[in-house]
Amino acid sequence: MTTQTEPARPAPVPDEVSAPYFEGARDGKLMLMRCLACGAWRFPARDRCDRCWSTETEWAQASGEGTLFSFVLMHQVYHPAFAREVPYNVAVVELAEGIRLTTNIVDCPNEAIHIGMPVQAVFEPVSDTVALPKFRPARG
Amino acid sequence: MTTLKGKAAITGLGITPMGKIFGHDAMYFAGEAIRLAVEDAGLTKADIDGLLINNGVGTAGALSLGLAPYLGFDALRVLNHMNAAGSTAAQMVMYASMCIELGMASNVVCVFADAPLQTPGPSAAAYARPTPPRGMASLAPAYGLYSVNAQYALAAQRHMALYGTTNDHLGEIAVSTRMWAERNPRAQMRSPITLEDYHNSRWIMEPFHLLDCCLVSNGAVAVIVSSASRARDLRQPPAYVLGIGQGHHATTNRGGWEPETHTAATIAKDTAFRMAGVELADIDVLELYDCYTYTVLVTLEDYGFCAKGEGGPFVSDGKLRPGGALPTNTGGGELSGYYMWGMTPLSEGIIQARGQGGDRQVEKHDLVMVTGNGGILNYHGCMILSPNAS
Ligand SMILES: [Zn+2]
Repeated sequence: MTTQTEPARPAPVPDEVSAPYFEGARDGKLMLMRCLACGAWRFPARDRCDRCWSTETEWAQASGEGTLFSFVLMHQVYHPAFAREVPYNVAVVELAEGIRLTTNIVDCPNEAIHIGMPVQAVFEPVSDTVALPKFRPARG
Repeated sequence: MTTLKGKAAITGLGITPMGKIFGHDAMYFAGEAIRLAVEDAGLTKADIDGLLINNGVGTAGALSLGLAPYLGFDALRVLNHMNAAGSTAAQMVMYASMCIELGMASNVVCVFADAPLQTPGPSAAAYARPTPPRGMASLAPAYGLYSVNAQYALAAQRHMALYGTTNDHLGEIAVSTRMWAERNPRAQMRSPITLEDYHNSRWIMEPFHLLDCCLVSNGAVAVIVSSASRARDLRQPPAYVLGIGQGHHATTNRGGWEPETHTAATIAKDTAFRMAGVELADIDVLELYDCYTYTVLVTLEDYGFCAKGEGGPFVSDGKLRPGGALPTNTGGGELSGYYMWGMTPLSEGIIQARGQGGDRQVEKHDLVMVTGNGGILNYHGCMILSPNAS
């Protein structure tokens, strides 16, 4: 039997439409698409506003503040990189800007995670070029 | 106003063996189910002039329009490959009923087949994504979010926090469904379970235990839709389509909008019940899409069998069980019977409407409500079936 190295977590792979999101995270900013016609934020990144159908879009920095909408504690291992981390949390956060995204809650034991808790974005480097937005309990 | 009420009926039903049936692809299963359905109806191949196809998620031998040449259907009047996820069964029956009522076809086959299990092994691997995603879609695996199971578990957890729903409530649905499966020879899981067994089954992801989640099945179901007048001359008791509707909520990721806890079943119900001219209290048997225990609970609420948020206490008195006040998922559903998307509740609904349920037959079965559900509680279909044409 050969010794195997620890399998790596699947790294996000930026593409053209999502690059500003990942570059923003690398620079410590939560960057989201916002419609220039109606002002609605949206997630995930895509070329058209689902509210007014405009394709005029900007990338803008979100506050990074939000509340926990829901979460699960993953026990089943679907990818070997997570084998040593189960049970780990996967969460949905509703941002102050009114949209929801999937993430992980960090700096908080699983037992203390509860729906409605205020959270704040932090940025976890994955490589030299990519970081992932995660959320910790808001302080104060 | 014209209406579809009672104009069409389900005249044939074909169900293949279900579960870990290896060595065949989805085309084979579809062929078997259609052969069985035609025989069941007392029709012949030449009587079939419509074919509606719905493919599952498995990749081996996936269904396509190629099913027509595979079965030698060389002069169809109606043909389509339809997909509204787990709500497709109702859509197929709706489309078939409209074509028949408008004189565009006479006997339309609707078929679902899937063969996700190709070699003996863990079910979790069966639906695994072969190529890694890019862009925004690559976020989910980076966070460790895998499987539709987790998406439904997020919905259930939200419901629990908003309304106090518990695992005891979800567990009762697992238990009542298994009690029905014990009485169904076709069901994959027929050993009795208790609430304690439910709690002791392993976590897939909290708040879902293994016994909150549906089965994985190879197999196929086909139904034949014919005109009501034709149905009266065929071999089986007709299951008349009295009402049918659909409703869909998109997930927009926007605050103030929660299709996960407030589904579009409300829209489907409105259309179907208006067509049938019946009230909720008239319904005798429920066949609810049960990809998860939670799906049953939220569906009961959205139809108004109880108030929003009260689904847990509503089921906890055992009313969904055999002998209960609201017989639900009488064949064992997708949790304990077999997982054929919307064809699971539809097939059992037909059996109940015909009065052919054997040990599990519900005595009063004048109105059988069948639902479909797909996406992450995004897509919904509703059918009201009856042994009576009006
Ligand atoms: Zn807009």
